[in-house]
Parts: sequence; structure tokens; C-alpha cells
Amino acid sequence: MTDQPLLVADSLRLNFGETKALDDASLHIWPGEIVALMGPSGSGKSTLLHCLAGILQPESGRVSYDGRDLTAMSDSERSALRRGEFGFVFQFGQLVPELTCVENVALPLRLSGAGRREAHRTATDWLERLEVGDVGAKRPGQVSGGQGQRVAVARALVSRPRVVFADEPTGALDSLNGELVMKLFIAAARDTGAAVVLVTHEARVAAYSDREAVVRDGRVREQEYAR
Amino acid sequence: MSVSFALLGLLENGPRHGYDLKRTYDDTFGRDRSLHYGQVYSTMARLLKNGLVEVESEPGDGPDRKRYAITHAGITDVAEWIGRPEKPEPYLQSTLYTKVVLALLTGRDANEVLDAQRAEHLRLMRELTRRKNDGDLADELICDHALFHLEADLRWLELTAARLDRLAARVRP
Ligand SMILES: Nc1ncnc2c1ncn2[C@@H]1O[C@H](COP(=O)(O)OP(=O)(O)O)[C@@H](O)[C@H]1O
Ligand SMILES: [Mg+2]
Repeated sequence: MTDQPLLVADSLRLNFGETKALDDASLHIWPGEIVALMGPSGSGKSTLLHCLAGILQPESGRVSYDGRDLTAMSDSERSALRRGEFGFVFQFGQLVPELTCVENVALPLRLSGAGRREAHRTATDWLERLEVGDVGAKRPGQVSGGQGQRVAVARALVSRPRVVFADEPTGALDSLNGELVMKLFIAAARDTGAAVVLVTHEARVAAYSDREAVVRDGRVREQEYAR
Repeated sequence: MSVSFALLGLLENGPRHGYDLKRTYDDTFGRDRSLHYGQVYSTMARLLKNGLVEVESEPGDGPDRKRYAITHAGITDVAEWIGRPEKPEPYLQSTLYTKVVLALLTGRDANEVLDAQRAEHLRLMRELTRRKNDGDLADELICDHALFHLEADLRWLELTAARLDRLAARVRP
């Protein structure tokens, strides 16, 4: 482990109208660690995740990634960073319905210039690793919820990001499928050395993390972040 | 164990007679577990011996005319007990409930009590999750049983955190 956090949120504030979604929120993510963001619904978990990932801009405060100030970058610099270094898994709806599952997983590689055959071979490997090697030719609408989430995890990891952001990745699944997704997701993330920011309100899902940070009223109670 | 800390904690807001202490305990924590006078006096005798309370006698002394006051050592003990998370195990609620109520009554941060307990529960849940994923089907089933129980505790902690303001309004004098 290095002695620098990979991703830092420093005193973020963001309001939606009257709502203080983030109210002096700070968080540190170290390389390769799995951090669960917990807390009641509406406490600001998703907003914090979106700010960390450069999807939302805080009104004040700073987000830095690998020493670079994300909040000071141009939109195009930020999207380049997202494509190159970050992966995403959401609760549902993130797969492109017109593409087959293997095409979905290959998409990030194709967008960064990989040839079709090579991208498909790598994508197929990832599907197998997530134990959904048999659904490659199907479209997302033809697979189960648990299979679809494993395809989404494969797509998030295929370009070997340094951080994966996952917002309630098992929120739409029953507990057996949720467990399987978490087990394969976290094992794969650990293999590739990716850090994971995992938003969940389920303790059994959070138990796959290395530590938790609790979000309450737009603030973070972070325990034991220092190494 | 938690009864003696609860009695001690109740003294933080001021000295009390034995019978008053019993009534306050029953009102605050009692429900299905009100105390006997004998239990109050034997607990006070032990706390007195350990220097955690002292006795303020009043004119016209009889056994009932003793007023108990908490000592500095007693306050330190209560703070230490409230702040230390319990070992996660089933049927913990009554101890946790006592800690949360005492924290509110004595102006300590009840959220901290809940957060410390959550961290302790999650620590054990992580260990069980690792064991389950490294083990065979039997490990998986056994660990899952424990995990579901711990999860239920955590939901209770979550709900209690969300209701702290209401609880504070009810228990504060
Ligand atoms: N786009 C938005 N417009 C208005 N209010 C929002 C928006 N996004 C979030 N909020 C509000 O901000 C608060 C935090 O939301 P969110 O970060 O989604 O919480 P969580 O993910 O913890 O459930 C909530 O009160 C929510 O209603
Ligand atoms: Mg959310």
C-alpha cells in the first residue's frame, strides 16, 4: 500500500434547492481498498459517490484523484478520466439493450480503441470469470437480474479501472443472487487491485468491504481511514 | 451487569434515595423487568465498597434516609461502559437500549454508541463472510444463520438512530 489516498473528498457541499445533500462531507479512499458507504436512505450516499466519480460537481470543497484536483478539471478532462480510470455498477439499467451481453462488456474496450476480435475475446473471459459465460450472445432483456448484474460487473472491470463505483449493485436482487454478485465482484476487484466504493444499505453486502463509512445528513463518519 | 451501570448512570443527574432510584429505573428501563428493593440496596452496597458511589446521610438516619451520589470514579466507569461496544451476540437489545438511554440522559452522544456498535457488528460480519466464502456448504449455512441475526441487530441500530430525537424527548427529565 502507498501512503497516499487514491481518492479524497474534502469538505464537499452540495444543495438541491432547500435540501443539503452534502454538508461538509469528507472521505478518503486508499488504493485497492473496498469501502462501504452506509447510512439511511436520503442521507447523501449517491450524491457523494457521484461527486467522487466526477459526475456531479460540488458547490464547494474539493475532490482529488491521485493528487489531481477533479473539481478544477474541464468537463472533457473529467470524462476522459472516468473512461480511463473508473468503472461503474448501478442498481439497474446500465446495459445497452440493443447490444448483446458480450458486446456490452466489450464496449469500453472498443471505445478506447481496441480491435473487435481482441475486445470480444477479453470480454468473453470476463463473462466466464463472473460465471455468465453462457449469456454472451443474449441481449440484456433476455437474461435474469442476477446475470445482468454480473454482466454489468464484467463491463465495469474489463478496462481494469483503479476505482469501481457501485451504487446499490444488489438492490434489485434476491439475497442468493445478491450474494453471488458480491462474491464474484469483490473477488475480481481484489484480483485486479481496483478500489471499490460500494453504496449499500444492506449489512450483509457491506460485510464484503474492508471498512465502512457512515453517511448521515450529508456528512460522513469515517472510521479508521488512516493507514 | 447492565443493571449496576444503569443505576450508577442514573445518579449522574443528581443524588437519589434507594427507593427513588428504583422508581426511576423502573420508569426508564423497567417494563417487564422492574427491580426489587433488595437488588437496589445490594447493588449500592457493592458500588459503595468499590468507591463508585458515596453516601450522603440525612438527619434522622434510618436505612432509607441514605442518599447515594456518584463519585468521579463512578462517572469514569459509566463513560467507559457506554463507550465500549458490546460483543455481538443475540438478545443484546436490552443492554444496548440501556446504553442508548443512559447516553441521552447524561448528555453523551448516543449516535456514537450506535456507530461503535455497528462497527463491532460489521467486524464480525466480515469475518463470517470470509469464512463462508472460503468454506464448504456447511460453513456457508452456519455462517449465514449468524449473519442474518447480526443483520437484524443492525437494522435495530439503524431504526434506533433514526428515532433518537423522539427517544430523547421521552427519556429526558
Ligand atoms: N437531482 C436531485 N434533485 C433534487 N433533490 C435531490 C436530487 N438528488 C438527490 N436529491 C436529494 O438529496 C438528498 C440526498 O440524496 P441521495 O444522495 O440520493 O441519498 P441516498 O443515496 O443516501 O439515498 C435527498 O434528500 C434527495 O431527495
Ligand atoms: Mg442512493
